[in-house]
Amino acid sequence: MTVATSDTPLARFLHAYFSSRIAVIATLVLLLLTLAAICAPLIAPQNPYDLTKLDIMDSRLEPGKVSSDGKLVYLMGTDEQGRDMLSAILYGLRISIAVGFASTAAALAIGLALGMVAGYAGGRIESLIMRVADIQLSFPPILIALVLLALSGPGVGKIIIALIAVQWAYYARTARSAALVERGKEYMEAAAGLGLSPLRIVLRHLLPNCLPPLIVIAALQVASAISLEATLSFLGLGLPVTEPSLGLLISNGFQYLLSGTYWISFYPGLALLLTVAAINLVADQLRDVLNPRLQGI
Amino acid sequence: MDSAREPVLEVRNLRTEFATSAGVVKAVDDVSFSVARGQIMGLVGESGSGKSMTGYSIMGLIDPPGRVAGGSIRLNGRELVGLAPEAMRQLRGERIAMIFQDPMMTLNPVLRIDTQMMEAVLAHHAVGRRRAREMARDALARVGIPAPEERLSAYPHQFSGGMRQRVAIAIALLNKPDLIICDEPTTALDVTTQNQILYEMQTLCRESGSALVWITHDLAVVAGLADTVAVMYAGQLVEQGSVRQVLEQPRHPYTRALIASVPSRNPRGRPLAQITGMAPSALTAPSGCRFRDRCPRATNICATSPPVDAEDGHDWRCFHPVFEEDR
Amino acid sequence: MITFLIRRLLQSILVLLVMSLLVFLGVYAIGNPVDILISPDANQAERARIIAAFGLDQPLWQQYLLFLRNAAAGNLGRSFAFATPALGLILERFPATMELAVSAMLLSVLLGIPLGLFAGLRPKGLAGKTIMTASILGFSLPTFWVGLMLIMVFAVKLGWLPSSGRGATVNVLGVPLSFLTRDGLEHLLLPAFNLALFNIALVIRLTRAGTQEALQQEYVRFARAKGLRNGRIIGVHVLKNILIPIVTVIALQFGSLIAFAIVTETVFAWPGMGKLIIDSIRVLDRPVIVAYLMLIVTLFIVINLVVDVLYSLLDPRVRLAEAK
Repeated sequence: MTVATSDTPLARFLHAYFSSRIAVIATLVLLLLTLAAICAPLIAPQNPYDLTKLDIMDSRLEPGKVSSDGKLVYLMGTDEQGRDMLSAILYGLRISIAVGFASTAAALAIGLALGMVAGYAGGRIESLIMRVADIQLSFPPILIALVLLALSGPGVGKIIIALIAVQWAYYARTARSAALVERGKEYMEAAAGLGLSPLRIVLRHLLPNCLPPLIVIAALQVASAISLEATLSFLGLGLPVTEPSLGLLISNGFQYLLSGTYWISFYPGLALLLTVAAINLVADQLRDVLNPRLQGI
Repeated sequence: MDSAREPVLEVRNLRTEFATSAGVVKAVDDVSFSVARGQIMGLVGESGSGKSMTGYSIMGLIDPPGRVAGGSIRLNGRELVGLAPEAMRQLRGERIAMIFQDPMMTLNPVLRIDTQMMEAVLAHHAVGRRRAREMARDALARVGIPAPEERLSAYPHQFSGGMRQRVAIAIALLNKPDLIICDEPTTALDVTTQNQILYEMQTLCRESGSALVWITHDLAVVAGLADTVAVMYAGQLVEQGSVRQVLEQPRHPYTRALIASVPSRNPRGRPLAQITGMAPSALTAPSGCRFRDRCPRATNICATSPPVDAEDGHDWRCFHPVFEEDR
Repeated sequence: MITFLIRRLLQSILVLLVMSLLVFLGVYAIGNPVDILISPDANQAERARIIAAFGLDQPLWQQYLLFLRNAAAGNLGRSFAFATPALGLILERFPATMELAVSAMLLSVLLGIPLGLFAGLRPKGLAGKTIMTASILGFSLPTFWVGLMLIMVFAVKLGWLPSSGRGATVNVLGVPLSFLTRDGLEHLLLPAFNLALFNIALVIRLTRAGTQEALQQEYVRFARAKGLRNGRIIGVHVLKNILIPIVTVIALQFGSLIAFAIVTETVFAWPGMGKLIIDSIRVLDRPVIVAYLMLIVTLFIVINLVVDVLYSLLDPRVRLAEAK
């Protein structure tokens, strides 16, 4: 009979989490990509935003070709402006991941707050918040984002707001269900009976119980947010040209596809795919590990 | 017992094991018994005693990571252990049938009653659909369901718990099997319905000649219903014999304790007699006699495997069986 | 059943009204309604005419009522870019998008359910695990990028299929459909598959989860105890149980398909509503945007209604409870 080697909840969680080989690989890939994105200014061979550094003579070079001044090997080719694709991808990855994480974090905070308030307060407030959330959830995210951006125009801040607006309802709904479950429990009554302020009750007691399912959702949503932002950028409604995300890079390369210049769209897409897939696999494993019902199968 | 009847079911040294990450679990350990035609045997034990597993083993419904690891199960002389899956499938529902505990879950909620009854016939006999439906209707009438024709078109959730169990019984009887295994079929029902069904089952079995293995934890049920009794504890058979023998002259300390703990046997105003401790899981069972940690008569020798003694068709597995003179 | 339908219908009309109010407020009150409805290069006479027709000089609530009345009559303004009624423009493109969405939905069902069933029956096997990992890939692949890659591989490198546009159409009851011609099918294949990819992955996962859960149920054990063949147990007992939630999800996803068609239509230059709306957003052709939104909202409400009715028809427990 095997004896558990470590007994703290964290140790057990890590042990269960890393038991899947796929999860290990996915987590490594994700860490690598995030690291690369954060250190983009340090490791990119070229600053893709610095127009003075670009040589139009180097435009649309195949991967592996050398720059005309002989100093740079274009590992992933160049785009129509002579920009090194690898550098552009690193910077693009940075923006895509940053926007994805920022919007998810904000949406999580807002949705969590609204959901807990709805679950705790009940009555009209709950109905109102949940009704709005339900209506929003019955429409596909891309549509809502599209409409918001059509009305407000492009820009980093506007995109993040659109992404937040699309996501908050998931968190709100889940947080409210968890809050409802907790509200029925006796310790909540006890806490209220002791005269603890509602804020304290919510923060100390409600919050820790609402959080776990939300973490799984958040993990999945980051991937979804990154994907959505890329799609919007591709459609020309996303981030402005001055700060190209992966979606815009792909969109740039679209027109050259038919002539065989595939790398301008292919490599950014690959980077996007790797990022989103890695996050999805990590989230999947998180969900399996955190879900008590699935243990034992 | 009437030895002229050849046994319908003969189980010898049955062993069913489960491979788990914590080791091999012997859910059924060296179980032997036989049931004659038209006879009703009660298989009694607490949860975790292996009684349900014995039933599944006979039906061939043990799935990996479990398997029947050894022993023999003979149905009318035919060996079932090691039988090819297709051959076993043909026997199931035709020569052996099984009824489960919770009728709400055993009937498929999205299929009509007639569908679920007719398929039991059609899977084994090449009769027309109309004939199959007639058989289903007759079966419903036989188990006492009023207006069977309308009931056939209904869905399970439109029946009460007792009615649903009757439907399950009707399905079991459709192909007139030689043996029916009932896994606690009345536990989920209220007492009145329970008694009704018990009585009806008894009558139906006497009429059709099917043998019955009635798995339960309730001794009182066995007392009123069965001809023979087998008592299981932690995967092993500790005592068996005719109902009179086991209930009036229980030899094994566990059986005695079980009988003593039946509420109706306890005088009013006194605390209920209990068996101290908890039944072990097959993993945590002590070596030798599995009951020794809770047995008032245990001694050092009980740490080794107790022998099986028998007397006149009544056998028990104990170093210190109880005889009248000891009490 | 009838009362159920009426109740849901009334609810739907209510939601439609609320949404129309939201669209109205969003477009009319946030932006300048004059800018929205009047093309920037309209002359004074045009301006005056439109202001009168849409009551832009009247109080907001009157404008809303006028908007509703116009909308009910099918008048949602004139497109700036095309100078034709906006609603007509959209409805013209409607069949193309529908064809794409329906094809994608069919692909999801025909590919997703069998694959998911297989993965659920043999989860530990190599094929089962491959299907599951592939399904996660299906989620993660950005639709537009896959579209580009499909074009690159099948149209550019292999030359098997056309890279854009819709094929030859045949008129059925006045509606031009392209899947009835070979040329049409060739043009339809790549975009439909591209659009379906996400959904196929979703259906696979749902079917697999449903199958695994169904196999644990007591009624499966009872069916085996009855001696039924495996084929019947899976094909009738399990399938009927899992299809109910899956069908409802697929039907709800239909709306999502129509929305995501925007991307696919852009990539494949498919002449549907989606491409129209992107082009309209780019040139700020607001009447078209409004008309599209109203149509989509109506469509979604209809889909939700149909799904509710469908669910109550499929699940006998719900159907009979409602009838009481």
